[in-house]
Amino acid sequence: MLPLTYSRPSDVRAALAAASTQDTYFIGGGTNLLDLMKAGVEKARTLVDVNHLGLDRIERASDGGVRIGAGVRNTDAANHAMIRADYPLLSQAFLAGASAQLRNMATVGGNLMQRTRCDYFVDTAYEHCNKRKPGSGCAALEGFNKLHAIIGYSDACVAVNPSDMNVALVALDAVINVEGPNGTRRIPITEFHRLPGEHPEIDTTLKHGELITSIDLPKSTATRNAHYLKLRERGSYAFALVSVAVALTMLDHRIDSARIALGGVAHKPWFAEKASASLAGKGKDAIDYAAVAALAVDDAKALSQNGYKIPLAKNAVERALRTAVEAA
Amino acid sequence: MPTRDANAGFDAQRRVFLGTVAGGAVTAGVGLPLSSMAEVRSPAVDAAPHAVPVNDVKFRVNGTEQHLRVDARTTLLDALREDLHLTGVKKGCDRGQCGACTVIVDGRRINSCLTLAVMHEGATITTVEGLASSGQPSALQSAFLEHDGFQCGYCTPGQLCSATALLDEVRRNEASALTPDIARTTRVDLSDAEIRERMSGNICRCGAYPNIVAAIRKTASET
Amino acid sequence: MNAVGQPLTRVDGLDKVMGKTRYAADYDASKMTYAWLVQSTIAKGRIASIDTSRATALRGVLLVMTYTNAPKLPPSAQQANPPGERALSLLQDANVRYNGEPVAVVIAESLEQARHGAELVAIEYAPESPTINFENAQSSAYTPTKLTNGKPDASWGDPDAAFASAAVKHDAVYTTPMESHNPMEPHATMAVWDGDRLTVYDSTQGVSGTKNAIAKKLGIEPDKVHVISPYVGGGFGCKGSAWSHVLLAAMAARQIRRPVRLAMERTQMFGPVGYRPRTQQHIALAANRDGKLVAIKHDVISTTSTFEDWAESSAVVTRMLYACPNVSTTHKLVKLNLGTPTFQRAPGESTGTFALEVAMDELAVALDLDPIELRLRNYADKEPESGKPFSSKKLPECYADAAKRFGWSRRSPQTRSMRDGDKLIGWGMATATYPANRMPTKARVRINADGTALVQCGTQDIGTGTYTILAQVASDALGLPTERIKVEVGDSSLPAAPVSGGSMSAASATPAVQSAAQQARDMLIAMAIADAASPLHGVLGSDVETSDGWVCSKSDGAKREPFAAVLARAGGKPIEGNGEAKPSDDMKKQFAMHSFGAVFAEVEIDEPLGQMRVRRIVGTYDAGTILNAKTARSQFIGGIVWGVGMAMMEHTRVDEGSGRVLNNNLAQYHVPVNADIIDIDVAWVDGNDQIFNPLGARGIGEIGITGVPAAIANAVYHATGKRLRDLPITPDALLKA
Repeated sequence: MLPLTYSRPSDVRAALAAASTQDTYFIGGGTNLLDLMKAGVEKARTLVDVNHLGLDRIERASDGGVRIGAGVRNTDAANHAMIRADYPLLSQAFLAGASAQLRNMATVGGNLMQRTRCDYFVDTAYEHCNKRKPGSGCAALEGFNKLHAIIGYSDACVAVNPSDMNVALVALDAVINVEGPNGTRRIPITEFHRLPGEHPEIDTTLKHGELITSIDLPKSTATRNAHYLKLRERGSYAFALVSVAVALTMLDHRIDSARIALGGVAHKPWFAEKASASLAGKGKDAIDYAAVAALAVDDAKALSQNGYKIPLAKNAVERALRTAVEAA
Repeated sequence: MPTRDANAGFDAQRRVFLGTVAGGAVTAGVGLPLSSMAEVRSPAVDAAPHAVPVNDVKFRVNGTEQHLRVDARTTLLDALREDLHLTGVKKGCDRGQCGACTVIVDGRRINSCLTLAVMHEGATITTVEGLASSGQPSALQSAFLEHDGFQCGYCTPGQLCSATALLDEVRRNEASALTPDIARTTRVDLSDAEIRERMSGNICRCGAYPNIVAAIRKTASET
Repeated sequence: MNAVGQPLTRVDGLDKVMGKTRYAADYDASKMTYAWLVQSTIAKGRIASIDTSRATALRGVLLVMTYTNAPKLPPSAQQANPPGERALSLLQDANVRYNGEPVAVVIAESLEQARHGAELVAIEYAPESPTINFENAQSSAYTPTKLTNGKPDASWGDPDAAFASAAVKHDAVYTTPMESHNPMEPHATMAVWDGDRLTVYDSTQGVSGTKNAIAKKLGIEPDKVHVISPYVGGGFGCKGSAWSHVLLAAMAARQIRRPVRLAMERTQMFGPVGYRPRTQQHIALAANRDGKLVAIKHDVISTTSTFEDWAESSAVVTRMLYACPNVSTTHKLVKLNLGTPTFQRAPGESTGTFALEVAMDELAVALDLDPIELRLRNYADKEPESGKPFSSKKLPECYADAAKRFGWSRRSPQTRSMRDGDKLIGWGMATATYPANRMPTKARVRINADGTALVQCGTQDIGTGTYTILAQVASDALGLPTERIKVEVGDSSLPAAPVSGGSMSAASATPAVQSAAQQARDMLIAMAIADAASPLHGVLGSDVETSDGWVCSKSDGAKREPFAAVLARAGGKPIEGNGEAKPSDDMKKQFAMHSFGAVFAEVEIDEPLGQMRVRRIVGTYDAGTILNAKTARSQFIGGIVWGVGMAMMEHTRVDEGSGRVLNNNLAQYHVPVNADIIDIDVAWVDGNDQIFNPLGARGIGEIGITGVPAAIANAVYHATGKRLRDLPITPDALLKA
């Protein structure tokens, strides 16, 4: 860890002003950043503490949706009365992640910025990681990739996004509000994270110097018929092998609209667009669960060691969808 | 004000002065290290060109106000252990993966290894050394003892801080991954399964889990 | 009432819950410095150049020790004699033999500076092609000269012929992966020199072994080395050896003339401090139609480093568990460019019982026999290899008791026949076993002038409850309540005791403490009888006892006085008994000594999602006298938790390209968390193995893990019909597509 300069601005403008150089990082909970700094992956020289910018509120939006400040802790978001009542899917996703201690620290803004847990990325001893050292290659492509992507990867990177929250945000069609030197932007969640392509070193469409200020959730229509399912190698406190978020807007016994998202399968939280679209207008009893699940993974292609993830993801979609449909 | 050698070589004198001011209060009641806090460590032989940035931070630990001057890189865990000599706080992985370093900050349990000391200006911090009152173990500490909720004891400070905070979370009816129907449930039924899930951020390699659950169950039922 | 056997709360427990217990990295010393290890990033080759200038220039950095400037050590530094002495990496040359090998140490004023300095050490390697792939290296497998607990090969009868002509056969290969101990307390050491004397505050399972290893490697006299380790935050085998970091701290401290604390980071522990090696076990079983075994072949290949042989003795269990006239067992090693493996909780028995006990389950299926019945039909009433009788063996009672508590009679034997809703339920069982070990041990017991007692023994408490059971044993022998007894262990200046490994500390130390305490008590009684001022003056020795801190006449209750009174009249000097206990040669010649158990598991499997939960484990053990019902139960449970981890998740994954451990952290190296452990029910049968040990106690630290992975794998088969012979059993293996 390099010697650090630390500052604690008290408003967004001051924070943005403090974040001018490349080796300046915003720090919220620090749960991912400090981990990576200790590992030598992130080489911050200046930290700007964004915990005192007044971004720690959850508010009802005028359209009936909710705005979650970027500095809200995962625990507080999960337990907020409005989130629990209107977006239980999001609460579920938060609570499936990490541990109580980490959820108490981690902010929702930081959760959006969570970096992959690929072993080759988090350990600087490996030479070949395009995400860490652009142009150096991808050790996982031919090496250990049992936990890696099955959708949307490139030869440059097969890593997956580790977040649970992100998966729920995709199912809830969230929008990310950011503020930068050139003003504010609204980024739909599906456009916030990137596929690796030729530039896996870039995780998101956030630009350097921009700060996430809040997450907007549109007015909830999928409260009851929603479900988050996480599959992992131990009972708790582990990253997902595969996770699924399903949010259904049901009118009587018919699906009005559906959004299915997957975690643990791609470089970004994966929106299963075709599977979601196939559900629109379907009567509750007319759903071909297996067919929808198959659609969700029809773009999937296994790497050398992760073939199991395709049937696992398919079965997980089927289960989560069924649970969401059948919820009373 | 205890500080370590962020810039050994030129601020040693200040450390003597500051250490003398705060030293006694800091270490009262904890296992005193072999050297006293006020002691000067020898300065570095050669002076490097650039000083490491240091920051002052004030927080309250186990009821005592502390003023620290720390290397900005210093984690809360290292500040508690190395500067305040609260060695009950344990380093197990230093990466938020085991829970041994769990302390309670402003009423919330956190991993002290993944946060910087300078980020906690004005905070109220409780470590395992602060769970007892008037030297008497808390109900949870007694229950861990009675139910043999540990073997080697290394994860125990973290388990105890975690469990102490857990009971508060239950009082606040905070949800967990096991909460059924999260939109409608308003009260926590602290079943064994709930305790297990809520304590899963604290690894015990000796495998004392069933005893830890028993200790928490007993304490929860009596308070 | 005897203290031994009671569920006494740990005597060191209050300090532990109050956060007062100090472990190695909690010690401080005047002018202490911080060390940070630099480890290799290649698996084989040489250091071509090493540039320490930037690190050395860093403010606060005091020393960067590399092979270019490290003190040269005597040839004895290269020797290995496990457990204490190992072949280490002590910066004596430029060679790199595994990824993660220590190649430099940075010493600085602060932890942050030391870590930063380590990042600035620039090393260029001349890499060579390492041997990492186990399958490719198998053709080079060789027989090591020895195992830590027996011969590499042992056979009797004619297993090949018996197998060829047998009615029922089973032949399969079982594998267990590389696993890492991951005690919660990372390895840590602080070296403090005072002239030519070295004091080491270390986290070690063996203060004497560490002392001797340090002395030998540094070329100094053992009596110049003092190792202090009163509390250890878990060891499980990896702290049974003095690894490189201990010596490097001592070398650096001598060089800079200041104390050095070297606390390893979790990620640094995957290589230089041992691990359980991967095993491949080929088992062939043959039986008559009535289920009597006629042949067993058990051939093991495990991995070791390129510079020290250490073999996982998985087939040793096959030499003692079942009666069979034709048996062959072999152990071979494959050298890989990895660190040297080491003892890890039940080395040999944990991996061996997995293979053997799953194979037995498969044979039971082939014979259409209940798995307990198959085991009873092959019950060994004497040790098969040696023909010696067992000192004590109550395995049938274990099967019966555990089966009854588990409800085994309600099992429907057909696979996929038990369900709970959509979930498949499986029940499986296995035998647990671990040898009874003990070694020569000395102890001192002092009765103080105030009537309290001090027990001193150079053993260790690694969470096992040693402090507590020694207090209990001394309490009974002295006739003094445990609250008035202080126990000191974990210091090499105390009377010598063996490593806390091989489940032998209790069996080794308790008779020594008992003997020392009896001596001290007898001296006290003799003083009282001889003292004209004592109410016990002239009473026959056979009529005197001690109880609750009093010396009393058995026949006349009025004749009594407190310990302190006897000592006060004699000038207030404490009296001291010195005990020594060792196993007799005759005992070893005449008897086979092992602990046994039966373990049953219930699993619940959500097949489409590949998710498994171990709902219940029931175990009953025959381990001789149980010295403390509370701590013993905890230790059995702890072993079972390890078994669950081994069955379901533990796997140190090595990158085939670089030889580096991929999951070198606790986020990706999974050990069980609280949510994984649902219901563990342990019990023990009454036992008192007087042949083995005067207290009748065999060790219990390791038997708990044995059998558990097999019981779970057998339950998985019962639930799903899928026979999984490779650990760990992860969702990808369980998933039904």
